[in-house]
Formats: sequence, structure tokens, C-alpha cells
Amino acid sequence: MLWKKQIPLAITFIMGVILGIQYFVPHRISDNLFNTYVDWGIVIGIFGGILAFISFYRVHYMRIKKKAPAWPYSVVAIGVSLVMILFGFIQGKETGTVFSNMYFYVLVSIEGTMFSLLAFYISSAAYRAFRARSVQATALLIAAVIVMLGRIPLGEPLSVWKLIWPAAPSFADIANWILNVPNMAAKRAMLLGIGLGMMMLSLKIILGIERSYMGSGD
Amino acid sequence: MHITSNPWIWIGVFFTFSVLSFLYKDNPFYKLAEHVTVGVSIGYFIVIWWTNTVYPRFIIPVFENHHFILIIPAILGLMMVLRIVPKWSWLSRYAICFTVGGGAGMGIPRSMQTSVLRQLQATMLPLNLSTTAGINNIIIFIGVLAVLIYFFFSKEHKGVFGGAAKLGIWFLMVGFGATFGYTVMARLSLFIGRVLFVLQDFLGIKLAG
Amino acid sequence: MKIDRRVIYLIIALAMILPFFFPMGLPIPATKEVKSVYNYIEGLTSNDVVIISADFDPSVSPELLPMFDAMFRHCLRKGVKVLVTSQMVQGPGLVEPIIHEAAKEYRKTNGVDYAFLGWQYGYSLVVINMMENLKQTYPTDYYGTRTDELPILRRVNNYEDYDLITSITGSSTYMMWLMYAHEPYNVPVACGVTAVSAADVYPYIQSGQFIGMLGGLKGAAEYETLIGEKRMATMGMEAQNWAHIAIILFIIIGNIGYIAIGRKKRGA
Repeated sequence: MLWKKQIPLAITFIMGVILGIQYFVPHRISDNLFNTYVDWGIVIGIFGGILAFISFYRVHYMRIKKKAPAWPYSVVAIGVSLVMILFGFIQGKETGTVFSNMYFYVLVSIEGTMFSLLAFYISSAAYRAFRARSVQATALLIAAVIVMLGRIPLGEPLSVWKLIWPAAPSFADIANWILNVPNMAAKRAMLLGIGLGMMMLSLKIILGIERSYMGSGD
Repeated sequence: MHITSNPWIWIGVFFTFSVLSFLYKDNPFYKLAEHVTVGVSIGYFIVIWWTNTVYPRFIIPVFENHHFILIIPAILGLMMVLRIVPKWSWLSRYAICFTVGGGAGMGIPRSMQTSVLRQLQATMLPLNLSTTAGINNIIIFIGVLAVLIYFFFSKEHKGVFGGAAKLGIWFLMVGFGATFGYTVMARLSLFIGRVLFVLQDFLGIKLAG
Repeated sequence: MKIDRRVIYLIIALAMILPFFFPMGLPIPATKEVKSVYNYIEGLTSNDVVIISADFDPSVSPELLPMFDAMFRHCLRKGVKVLVTSQMVQGPGLVEPIIHEAAKEYRKTNGVDYAFLGWQYGYSLVVINMMENLKQTYPTDYYGTRTDELPILRRVNNYEDYDLITSITGSSTYMMWLMYAHEPYNVPVACGVTAVSAADVYPYIQSGQFIGMLGGLKGAAEYETLIGEKRMATMGMEAQNWAHIAIILFIIIGNIGYIAIGRKKRGA
């Protein structure tokens, strides 16, 4: 228990207190301590990154070994990763190399297209789900429509009232006002809450009240 | 129109349509694209990880500049990998506690400064009814207070307090509406990027900019 | 009125493809948030250093790559020294071709006019490290050249030498630059964010923590207009026009149907 729980919690407490107080101590020793922590933290993270690819190869190897459903795709995944590694180290990473081309034309194409499906989902949701069910929901929708029209170049010609009253604000002007005044006020209040919440969470971690980062087990 | 002969662009278009086919239904081409992206991603990460981080931040300092003290955090980092071995996973806690504890300590004064003090300072605005800026400042001040009151759930939202909370809800609705309105552009941009790739790079159509 | 979702998908796809063949060429006036960033860089000289951090991955690249492209080109044209970094591992692969193409066009040399430092693991720790000692943070650049051999970095060591940091990000990485670069070291920071996050950044602009912001594809298009080079973002805005109108019509038609059904039920 001592080595598995108490000492790790003590390390969290000591590091948290030292780094918290360090911010207010403008002494060379304090700066050196801080810089040492930063250097060590980076190196720890570098080697911790090994976990990422060990997990990947383990998961796909087990799928191939157990002939799990769709296991041939795991062969593809592992094969493609080895091709990237081989060409990355042999040829380099510059534009025009196999490494760079595979990244740009394969990964970017696939990931970009996967997320681009959201364009279709949002349009479907716009038709099916965005309902003005209450007065406040109507205010939300009106603000959304004004900001949408204010953010496109077509918003200016669509502000037809400017033909009669040129000095009147256009969709873009109203959208800018919404973003800079009521939206900003609401987001600032949320930020204040989030900032205080982050501080409370950090304190809970340092004091050992919040321990989920340590993982399960004793 | 001049369809490209660059085989990489053909591969990019193949995978673009493989993923788009998911809109119809799940199919082997989509599954292939899923697994290829994971493989390419991990291969990319390993190369960048070695060439941009391990070699310059560990190999050179330790073996060329003899900063042997860095072996200690390297060992701590390797202990993190033991997380996948159930019997020894508790060893990973040392590295995690070192980084998380330090991060938490570092974060307290900085998030106080960035998210609380500076924001409060920026809310102390000159209030007057004689200028547009003054009126906007009044709206901002009232809005910030009203939303903070809404999020204060330790007191029942009744009477004046409840009225202020209701006003806070209105500000929140306008804020979320603004976010949603802006978000639509983000989602559409993602597909527009793909369209430009297919039209310009693949089909070679010169589009007016 | 029930419409098959595939019909909706087809309408929105056409709304995003056809405008490229029938462009309207409407002007894209710059907002004050974008102008602030542009004017700040316009005011810099060839002795000044700008750090552009490409903190994004392919999932948001259609919005953010045009931003990076426009800002990088602006800096190259001004002769300002540019250092390109990334806090996301996938960032360097995305921007490397952009850097390569722009440098070739403007006849700029890597290591002399700009440096591509790549990615380092550590997020906030890397930002702090950069503020204290840049060459220790990046002992080599993306291509493996030692940074102490790069002429551009001869007189660039720490936060005192940075004149602007711009974080182009699809997440809340801009917070990291605020908390660990701007607040403790007073380095001016700007941001380029996706349209999803743009509405959340206004409090930081109003407080003066950010000097300005480029928000979404529109922000990138505004910047392209300011630098006089209409490229990816400006083209993309053509499709944005009609796609937005289509979505607004979907919302209106959906709500008309909802209200009509409600009235019918109440009447019955």
C-alpha cells in the first residue's frame, strides 16, 4: 500500500505545492527547479509515448492471432504502418517523399473526409431537430440565423432594408454586435466558472481527493 | 478539365469516395479506409516521435552532451509503459503523479491569472448611457453577472435572484445561438475542402478565386 | 413533411459543389479582429520574429490550412523572420508542403528567412521551455539540422526575442499559449481558430489577451483579401454562401412543419 498508494500521492502533493509556490518566487533556485521539472516532464512524456504504439501493435496482433472478425484489416493496418516507418527513416520526411505523400494523400484524405460527413449530418439535423419549441429556443435560433447570415458574403446583399435606410446595420453588423456583446458576456461568465473549476480540480488532485488519474486497483 | 496522372492524387480520391460511401451505408471500402488511416497515423507518429523528440531531446543530450541526469526521467517514462502489465501497472503511478502533480501546481496560479483575474479586470468597464460603447458595456456587465447568478445553484432561483437567473438564461441562449451559427460554417468547410481537392487537384478544373 | 435524409445530403452536396462553377465574387470585408492581426504583422520589420504554431490535425485542416498559408505568406512577403512549430504531432506533415511551396514562390531560404522546427512532445511544458530556451526545446529542426547552426536563430534565444506568437488551432491549445507564454512573459499572442471555437474567444480579445483572431474559413478569406492573394479560403466562401442559405431554409421549413403540425393537433 505504501509503495502503491501513499508514496505516489505524496509525490503528487509535493510536486503540486512546489510548482504552485514556485510561480511566486523570483529566485534563481526557483527558476532552475522549474526548468528541471519542465525538462524532466518532456523526457517522461517522450518515453511514455511508447505506450501508444505498443497498444496499437498489441491490439491488432491479437486480432490477427485469434482470427477475430475483420482480422484481414488488421494486417492492412500493421502493414501500412511499417511501410510509413520504412520510408520515413530511409527516404526522409520532405515534400515529395513516400512518407509525405502517404500522409497528405492517404491520412489527410481519409481523416478530412470522415469529418466532412458532419456537413451532411448538420444539414439533416437542421431539418429534423432544430425546433423553436420555446421562446428561449426561438431566441437561440434567431441569433444563430443572424450570425450565419452575418458570416457569409451574401449577408450584405441580403440586408435589403439598407436600400431604404443605408445607415442601418446589416446582418454582418448585427452578427458582430451579437458576438462582441451578449455572446461575449455569456462566454466570459462561463470562462470564470471554468477557471475557478480548473483551480478547484487542481487543488483536489494535489490534496489527494481526486485520484482517478492514478488508475484503478489498490 | 484535365484529369491528373499523379497516382497519389488518385489514391487520395479513392479514399475520399471510400469514406463518403458511408453516407449510403457501411461497407468494406469504408472499413479499409478506417484501418489504413490508423496504420498511417501510427507509422507517421513513430517517425516524427523518433526524429523530432527522442533523438534531439534524449540521444544527443545524453550521449553527446553527457547530461546523464536525463536517464532518471527516461526510466520514469518507461515505467509508464508498464501500465499495460496488470501486475506492474502500479509502477506507472510514479511518473503520472510527478507530471500530474506538477501540472496541477503549475496550473493554479496561471489559470487564476488567465481565466479569472484578467477576465474580471476586463469586465470593469466604464458604464454610461451617453455612448454606444457605454451602453454595450452596461449590457456586458449585466450579462456577466446574470449568467454567473444562473450558474450559482447553491441558492434557490426565486424572487430577484430568480429573475436575474432567467435573464442569464437569455444571454446563454443568444451565446449558444451565436456558437451554433458559427459552427455551421466549420462543418461545411470540412466538406468544401474535399470538394476543392477533387475538383482542382484531381479533375484539374481551374476555379476562379 | 418527411424528406429522406439522402435527398437532404444531395441538396447540400449540390449547394457546396455548384457555386464553384458559378462564383458570385462578392467582396469579403475584414472584421476588426482579423485587421488587428494583419496590422500588427504589417507593423513588424525584418528584425522581428513571428512564431506560427500549427496546432491542428487533418480533421480541421480545410479551415486552418488556408489561415496558416495566408499568414505565412504575409510574413515572408514582409521579410519578417518566421519560426513554424506545432503542438500537435500531425501538424508538421500538414504544413510542410505549404511552407515548401510558399518559400519557393517568394524565393526564401530555410534556416535563413524561416525555420521549421516541427513538433515536440510536452504541450504546455514545450511552450514554457520555448520561452526560456528555444534551442534547448528544439535542438534540431524538422529536417534534422541542428538549430544552433541555423543563421535565423543566431540571435533568437527566448521570449525576449519573440515579437508575436500565433496559435492556429482546432482545439483549446490557444489557452496554453495564453497561460504559459502571454501571461507570465508578456509575449503578444494572436490566434486562428475553427468556427466552432471562434465564439468562445471573444472574451480574450475584449480583455486584450489576444491581439486579434482569425475565425474559421471566413477569417482566412478576410486575411487573404487583406494580403491581396485570393486563394483556398476565398474560393471556399463561394460554397459557404449557398450552403448556409440551404441550411437556413432547412431550419425554416422544418419549423414551419413543426408549427403546422402543432396547430393541427390543437385544432383536432
